[in-house]
Amino acid sequence: MSEQSLAIRKFSDLANPTRFLALSAIVWPWMAAATALFFAIGLYLCFSTVGDYQQGETVRIMYIHVPAAWLSMMCYSVMALSALGTLVWRHPLADVSAKMAAPIGACFTFIALITGSLWGKPMWGTWWVWDARLTSVFVLFLMYLGLIALNRAVDDPTRAARVSAILILVGFVNIPIIKFSVDWWNTLHQPASVIRLDGPTIDPEFLRPLVVMAIAFTLLFFTLHILAMRNEILRRRVATLRRLAARAAGHGAAAREETLR
Amino acid sequence: MRLVAERLSARRGEDLIFRDISFDIGAGEALVVKGPNGSGKSTLLRVVAGLLPRETGKVRLVGEGDHAFETVASACHYLGHRNAMKRELTVEENLRFWKDFAGDSAGDSGIGIDAAADAVGLGGIVHLPFGYLSAGQQRRMAMAKLLVAWRPVWILDEPTAALDAAAETMFAGLVKAHLSRGGLAIAATHQPLGLGAVKELHMAGFAEASAEAWA
Amino acid sequence: MTALLVRDLKLAVRAGGGAMIGVLFFMTVVAVIPFGVGPDLNLLARIGPAILWIGALLAALLGLDRLFQAEREDGSLDLILMQETPLVLTVLVKCLAHWIATGLPLVIASPLLALFMNMDAPAMAATMLTLLVGTPAITFIGAAGAAVAVALPRGGLLVSILVLPLAIPVLIFGVSAVYAAVQEPAPFLPPFLFLTALTLVFAVIGPVAAAAALRASTD
Repeated sequence: MSEQSLAIRKFSDLANPTRFLALSAIVWPWMAAATALFFAIGLYLCFSTVGDYQQGETVRIMYIHVPAAWLSMMCYSVMALSALGTLVWRHPLADVSAKMAAPIGACFTFIALITGSLWGKPMWGTWWVWDARLTSVFVLFLMYLGLIALNRAVDDPTRAARVSAILILVGFVNIPIIKFSVDWWNTLHQPASVIRLDGPTIDPEFLRPLVVMAIAFTLLFFTLHILAMRNEILRRRVATLRRLAARAAGHGAAAREETLR
Repeated sequence: MRLVAERLSARRGEDLIFRDISFDIGAGEALVVKGPNGSGKSTLLRVVAGLLPRETGKVRLVGEGDHAFETVASACHYLGHRNAMKRELTVEENLRFWKDFAGDSAGDSGIGIDAAADAVGLGGIVHLPFGYLSAGQQRRMAMAKLLVAWRPVWILDEPTAALDAAAETMFAGLVKAHLSRGGLAIAATHQPLGLGAVKELHMAGFAEASAEAWA
Repeated sequence: MTALLVRDLKLAVRAGGGAMIGVLFFMTVVAVIPFGVGPDLNLLARIGPAILWIGALLAALLGLDRLFQAEREDGSLDLILMQETPLVLTVLVKCLAHWIATGLPLVIASPLLALFMNMDAPAMAATMLTLLVGTPAITFIGAAGAAVAVALPRGGLLVSILVLPLAIPVLIFGVSAVYAAVQEPAPFLPPFLFLTALTLVFAVIGPVAAAAALRASTD
């Protein structure tokens, strides 16, 4: 028991908020720079490649849509990992990570939905099609919003983190089921064509910018996530200081004299 | 059997409510927890009952004999501020539910429902819906709940708040009888319970706001 | 455990209990649909199974928020948490009681509403059967949502928001099983078995998550 708690304490030391702040302060400018670099290359590639002979210029929407959709799922995985951290190690940094990833994930999911819709208009002639993948992403979007609502509804941050973590994990177990059922329900979309066991079937012409953009989006996510976590840590520190101030006022003159002395 | 708490501390939100609380009570002994409002009496009792996580320290049962309790909580009755009885059900249904659902811990057995109602001085009205009783009667019936299923440890949070003197005496008698059967009791209270010589634990107040939590 | 089952059933049928409200809600929702889509019997027969399933889904979610909140408000939850019986089992029994009180009446009422929807006998039977198998899944996964929102003053709406996306697979397989039973080429068994599997999976996930959430939300 004591050995285990010692190990946990060591782990906590490595990832305590102060150390995280110090480390992230060094890391985030580099990540931001890398993000900008990859975006520059990616966007250049996006617009320098030729359009698809069937889809024309609209194929370029894919370079935003696919990475955003990929991130909407990766972000949920990050949240699920953080949720494990919250429930198993009860680590406050994991709470912060899960809480801060949700709005970012919701944004990327929203971007995926919007670009999917924009892509759908020229392709299918309508803004919205109830096809399997769009629908799954839409359900994912609803789950993100539900999680954000839950987190906002509970006032005690530790408790909020724990109940959210449970819901995140329930959702994580459910996502494959939802995906499968929605696929069953309707499949109109092109079959998944980037990641397949027998290798990508997409033309390398399109693949190169897509990969660069995917890396750029991933870097963007982690940069935003780190910055959001820094903000949340600082926010909680402010809350603690305010509470201390309230406490000091409550203790009255005696305590104040003592401090003055 | 003894209930031992070692260097307990607990936090609520970001605040450390108390820390390094230790006590040790044996069979037939009672511990009265005293302190001003907000000093963490209720929190301490809920930590002992396993309803709140503890920050440090441990609570354990020592020398429980043949039957080892799985958790400390399963050896305890908890009488909190709320009565844990359903207004829509009759008193008898309420008590029977807790008798059946909780069951007896090893070592002794609870008394019957009518006997328990008699013991709290409210025999003969167990057929009424719980919601029809007055606040004082409801509280007494919640105490009867402690009697219908045997638990060696009673955890009592302000048990006699809003009760009249007669009911207080009655309750003191119940606790004494419980202690004489080899039970243990922890009570948080402002009023004297009239238990005679008991151990006392004074809680001072806020330990500290844990500034280091996010430092 | 039987004591808990009996108590929860009694509470559901006593004054203030939610047993009948679910069915009434179900009937009202289904009765309102024709006013929206028009009295075309062919159309109603076609969309009938879907309407019944959506109505049952909403009705099953109704009242779920009280599943643990009522226990928490009067302090019973504290005592339930302290018992030696595994909390997962207690939650499972509570789900079962809740389903018997609110889910089963929906199943029983569904043939009557199917008549209103001009559905023929096979569709009626298939709807009833799928509801019988599928509504427990909604209760189980709903219990997780109810436990997560147990400490919230207005948890009711939030429970629905949290649970509905998770319940989509139940709806999909429930409705497709009914249509498979009615329309010739599609086989009935695969979606029906998926529905059964979902109920079994949720019977594990729901109580486990609910138990964890209840432990996490004591204060």
